[in-house]
Amino acid sequence: MGYQWNWSIFGSTVPTGETTYLAWLLSGLQVTVELSLAAWLLALALGSLVGVLRTVPNKALSGLAAAYVEIFRNTPLLVQLFSWYFVLPEILPFGLGDAFKQQLAPLTQQFLAAMLCLAFFTSARVAEQVRAGIGALPRGQKAAGLALGFTLPQTYRHVLLPMAFRLIVPPLTSEFLNIFKNSAVCSTIGLLELAAQGRQLVDYTAQPYESFIAVTLFYLLINVIVMALMRIVEARTRVPGYLGGK
Amino acid sequence: MYEFDWSSIPGALPFLWEGMKVSLEITACAVLFGIAWGTLLAMARLSSIKPLAWLAASYVNLFRAIPLVMVLLWFFLIVPQVLRGVFKLDAGTDVRLASALVGFALFEAAYYSEIIRAGIQSVPKGQISAASALGMSYAQAMRLVVLPQAFRNMVPLLLTQAIVLFQDTSLVYVSALADFFGAAYKVGDRDGRLVELLLFAGAVYFVICFAASQAVRRYQKKLNAHVAH
Amino acid sequence: MSCTPKFALVALALTAGLTALPAAAQESPTLKKIKESGTISLGHRESSIPFSYYDDKQQVVGYSQELMLKVVDAVKANLKLPALQVKLTPVTSQNRIPLIQNGTIDIECGSTTHNAERARQVAFSDTLFIIGTRLLTKKDSGIKDFPELAGKNVVTTAGTTSERLIRKMNEDKKLGMNIISAKDHGEAFLTLETGRAVAFMMDDALLYGEMAKAKRPADWVVTGTPQSFEAYGCMLRKDDPGFKKLVDAALAKAMTSGEAEAIYKKWFTQPIPPKGLNLNFPLSDAMIKLYKAPNDKPFD
Repeated sequence: MGYQWNWSIFGSTVPTGETTYLAWLLSGLQVTVELSLAAWLLALALGSLVGVLRTVPNKALSGLAAAYVEIFRNTPLLVQLFSWYFVLPEILPFGLGDAFKQQLAPLTQQFLAAMLCLAFFTSARVAEQVRAGIGALPRGQKAAGLALGFTLPQTYRHVLLPMAFRLIVPPLTSEFLNIFKNSAVCSTIGLLELAAQGRQLVDYTAQPYESFIAVTLFYLLINVIVMALMRIVEARTRVPGYLGGK
Repeated sequence: MYEFDWSSIPGALPFLWEGMKVSLEITACAVLFGIAWGTLLAMARLSSIKPLAWLAASYVNLFRAIPLVMVLLWFFLIVPQVLRGVFKLDAGTDVRLASALVGFALFEAAYYSEIIRAGIQSVPKGQISAASALGMSYAQAMRLVVLPQAFRNMVPLLLTQAIVLFQDTSLVYVSALADFFGAAYKVGDRDGRLVELLLFAGAVYFVICFAASQAVRRYQKKLNAHVAH
Repeated sequence: MSCTPKFALVALALTAGLTALPAAAQESPTLKKIKESGTISLGHRESSIPFSYYDDKQQVVGYSQELMLKVVDAVKANLKLPALQVKLTPVTSQNRIPLIQNGTIDIECGSTTHNAERARQVAFSDTLFIIGTRLLTKKDSGIKDFPELAGKNVVTTAGTTSERLIRKMNEDKKLGMNIISAKDHGEAFLTLETGRAVAFMMDDALLYGEMAKAKRPADWVVTGTPQSFEAYGCMLRKDDPGFKKLVDAALAKAMTSGEAEAIYKKWFTQPIPPKGLNLNFPLSDAMIKLYKAPNDKPFD
């Protein structure tokens, strides 16, 4: 029943002989970071667009944006991931799905599906924050912008959004952290990110505890670094006079 | 084009319902324990005893830093042993459900404590001063004055977090528990109809979560109207 | 061990605490535990057709499951406990080893390959089944054997011997294959069925299982020279020769008496639940040899 601890396992060579188990974990770490960053940029762009649309005075557009948010917030990430990877290519018209499946390398397919999934999932949450940020601004700001002769898009660009974004930096920080954690789910479609490499290490070496400990520490490391970075961003963007401002 | 074949679903409905019951059970327990433990954590974080505040903050930050999948894996491996060691259970006792529940509750408590902390902070400080002027102790002021108001403000957020939690229960598949998602996946895998079963599961989750979030929204409107009076 | 963190020590201490039952000289710790609790805990798989899986009434069935029940009968006879309670615990490929080690289950018979890495953590019984690693492909794909996979997408299941073999083959022979590692067999077959890969490399018995589940089983074929042979065994806790001896004797009796072959025919050559699929997987020469001379030799 005793467990045989073996920490030197990370330095051992993998069965195919080209590298070590530690290198596997590190390559998984790299995929996790790349995937999360790419998905985050896309989520910010999409989320801002949808969040803005939810506040515009046009029933059709704001309704559409609301539907978008509801769909992506009310289904589990796992189901969404599966749909992006396995279902969507089967129902795309004009052979687009077949092109996706046959022209792209398998790793690219998994990465793209995971990235789109995380981006859309997170964008619905970003959209809600953007909407809340815009809603938190005094109503007079929009009226003032329009009175100065700005068009509605100009008012958003030059008056509302710069303020709204500075207000919502703290909640966006936690969404940013979430995207790294959520990326762990992407191992379920075979993407070899950090959690998947950890699992692979368990499969190959039968040393589950060492592997889980190492993977957990890597996630903690990511978290610490992101928190430190975002603290700097938060300090720079804080609005004087507002809650939490100086 | 993929040929959809939904014939596996009708026969599997009883099994899927069993899974749904597990999902709801986990959600209910995690919400209750999460709020209870989360309230204590939030109060500890706001307390003037520095080591206590620091411990609570570390706890919250630790759990918020690790993916839920990893937390559940840990609890699947370690907690059963701890439980057995502490309670001298015989090794056959099934502690997987308990393990998943404990892991979930501890994890969600970290998130709940953040919501509750914000709720407590939203109550003006003057109220504590007023309560102590009336001769209440700090604990009495918290229990009778601050927390009731804080909770009323937080109810919509707490419920929204419960909906997120319900979706997160799908991740207990790491402990081979047949929650709703796990049940759907297993039937799909056994019958070679994964796509169909997972789409079905997605639709069910959507209907439940959408209905719940609409209800929360209506409740919030009522609450706002009430406060406005 | 030099950098063992504190909580690892705690975990170790806990495991040690659990095992500290007074070691009776002749009796095995596992048998003692079973006798004291009046319960034997069996680990099973949930969708490993036809070895160990749930049928449509959510009962655990399959080839390995039936052999495991033979072991239970032997335990009952040995302990003179006809009313022995049987507890079933579903396991996954990820948690089965820790669950054996921490005592949640006493024995697991499913589709677990006996190999050297695992043998460091757990003990294995006599071999239950011998598989060859081969390919599943569409009948009209034109693929007959491994060399024809050069430059193509091939899927396999993560964490299996097939995955190692095909990666190594790809490196050694510079075949330029794209190897997809799916999370489980169901996902791997879905990858094949949706045209992302031309072939699925896996244990032949499992390939026959996936083929039977397909929407049109007749479209698929298992082909290729076996790249390796593997022995499936039941997992037991390490350092308990008394229990292993009892398990091995029960399995050997089933094999030499012809019972095992009857069980084989039931699960591999006849319609099986839940959908009445027939795997049509004939008894291999390796299996015939095994039934004649049961042993616990792994192939690696």
